[in-house]
Amino acid sequence: MAIIEVKNLTRKFGDLTAVDDISFTVEEGEVFGFLGPNGAGKTTTINVLCTLLKPTSGEAWLNGHHAVRDQAKVRRSIGLVFQEPSLDDQLTAEENLNFHAILYDIPASARAKRMEEVLKMVELYDRRKDSIKTFSGGMKRRLEIARGLMHYPRVLFLDEPTLGLDPQTRTLIWEYILELREREGITIFLTTHYMDEAEHADRIAIIDYGKIVALDTPDNLRGLVGGDIITVKTTDDQLAAQEISQRFGFQVNEGENGLHFEVQKGEEFIPRFVEQLPLEIHSISLHRPTLDDVFLKFTGRRIRDEELSAKDQWKARMKRQRRPHP
Amino acid sequence: MHNLRAIYIIWYREVLRFLRNRSRLVGSFGRPILFLFIFGSGLSPAMGGLTQGMAPEGGGIDFVKFIFPGIIGMNVLMGSMMSGISIVWDREFGFLKEILVAPINRTVVALGKTLGGSTTGVIQGLLLLVLAPLIGVSITAEMVVKLVPLLFLISFSITSLGVLIGSRMKSTEGFQVIMQFILMPMIFVSGALFPMRDLPSWMNILVKINPVTYAIDPLRKIIFEAQGLPASVLEMLPQAGLGVTLFGHAVTMGEDIAIIALFGAVMIAVAVWMFNIQD
Repeated sequence: MAIIEVKNLTRKFGDLTAVDDISFTVEEGEVFGFLGPNGAGKTTTINVLCTLLKPTSGEAWLNGHHAVRDQAKVRRSIGLVFQEPSLDDQLTAEENLNFHAILYDIPASARAKRMEEVLKMVELYDRRKDSIKTFSGGMKRRLEIARGLMHYPRVLFLDEPTLGLDPQTRTLIWEYILELREREGITIFLTTHYMDEAEHADRIAIIDYGKIVALDTPDNLRGLVGGDIITVKTTDDQLAAQEISQRFGFQVNEGENGLHFEVQKGEEFIPRFVEQLPLEIHSISLHRPTLDDVFLKFTGRRIRDEELSAKDQWKARMKRQRRPHP
Repeated sequence: MHNLRAIYIIWYREVLRFLRNRSRLVGSFGRPILFLFIFGSGLSPAMGGLTQGMAPEGGGIDFVKFIFPGIIGMNVLMGSMMSGISIVWDREFGFLKEILVAPINRTVVALGKTLGGSTTGVIQGLLLLVLAPLIGVSITAEMVVKLVPLLFLISFSITSLGVLIGSRMKSTEGFQVIMQFILMPMIFVSGALFPMRDLPSWMNILVKINPVTYAIDPLRKIIFEAQGLPASVLEMLPQAGLGVTLFGHAVTMGEDIAIIALFGAVMIAVAVWMFNIQD
């Protein structure tokens, strides 16, 4: 049986349908990504799966347990890293983990060992006695990942795991996540609106306005868009355009950076092309379709990283750095 | 066992946060000092001896001594209310989610939170006893032993009320409103800060239906009893407005405790119920 099974799940908030009749399954050991713009229903889906929200209709099973009827069993099976920070910054790293360990009923005899294990994994063991107040945004995220793993969950949920973090830290966080998959074989369910992050997933569900518009491996999804895009600049672009359409039979478009045309298996085509074109080539480049192109194909819009406005990014960053409350 | 351990760790976190937070400690000390010495000393001459004609010269209860138990009560109430609604802070800062997705039921969360708030409430009340010698109030071991469980009960009730309010609040912006429009009025019409003698009848009714009245009254009884006043004076206190009378009957300590315990039981039950309602 699949580790996550979702059937016709719908969740409404008043008139707004945040999640609209979605169904999917996630296999054990998979890295499964939810890709979509803000407000597409990603977090709502996670909140239903982790039993924080009840579905309006439809059903979900995690690790064979029903998300509404067997809440306690579902909760024991999952680890969570929320979009918003969720550490107590008046406590130390160790105290935060200890709090978690007791809530998840980890036996006293195993606590110290597991704490050491997860802290070493995210390279925070030396900082275990330090207050969270002194941690950077990236360190907090790593600690949250460590905490989410402490009770050996079968599924780790990562909701926008790198939101509000700088690029270097994002890379670092991803190293941990991928290492985790290698070492623990744990199932990872993540949401993101970053294209490059979604590439790490084994399978991706593209979600928009609460509906799954496409679900497949990143390669297959890109395959749906068509071929690779080749951009070329020559000594005489006009002549080159004629040559390309006559000799190779491709539809050529003229753009700012030169001529574009779409080709299947572009990397194999380029050597043949360079050899056969009777003109001097200044530059040639190959662009593979991105998940953004896939999103564009299915929704007619683009998700760009800028979609998270500068103000939202700032807010997310402030939230990570905010001083503790009294 | 798991539930008990979970209650313990939630309780422990509350206490730890309280002890680590210097500004909260200082604040819980600064406000009462202000009330006791400025408000108390300023009004003392105007109020005169509150037990005039009952106690021997110099041995009675002046206004500062009178409001001392009231101020202990006030401090406990404000601290407890803050602890209770700090659940909103936990929500705003994300930590509440960590608690809510854990495999424990919400009753455990509400109880841990309330017990934690009650413990810090007792600490905030007892701390004020160090001011007692400055205003001529003597402290006895018996008095402290009696105060601890009473302060705990009072604090438990109001923390529950705070959790109840906090369980439905979405942002910290409402905090001031709760403090100004719920807690302060409750403290003002409780007899904490003025004797309940010759009050206008509307106010008299408010005082009698206010649960806080029955929290302040036993505090006053315990502290006054420790002052070595003759039994005849203690008996006359309700008549002088220094104790609560209900339909001409002087409310006893047992009745006070029963009322506050009943209030606390209702509050915690509603708080747990509210907290268990899931979206």
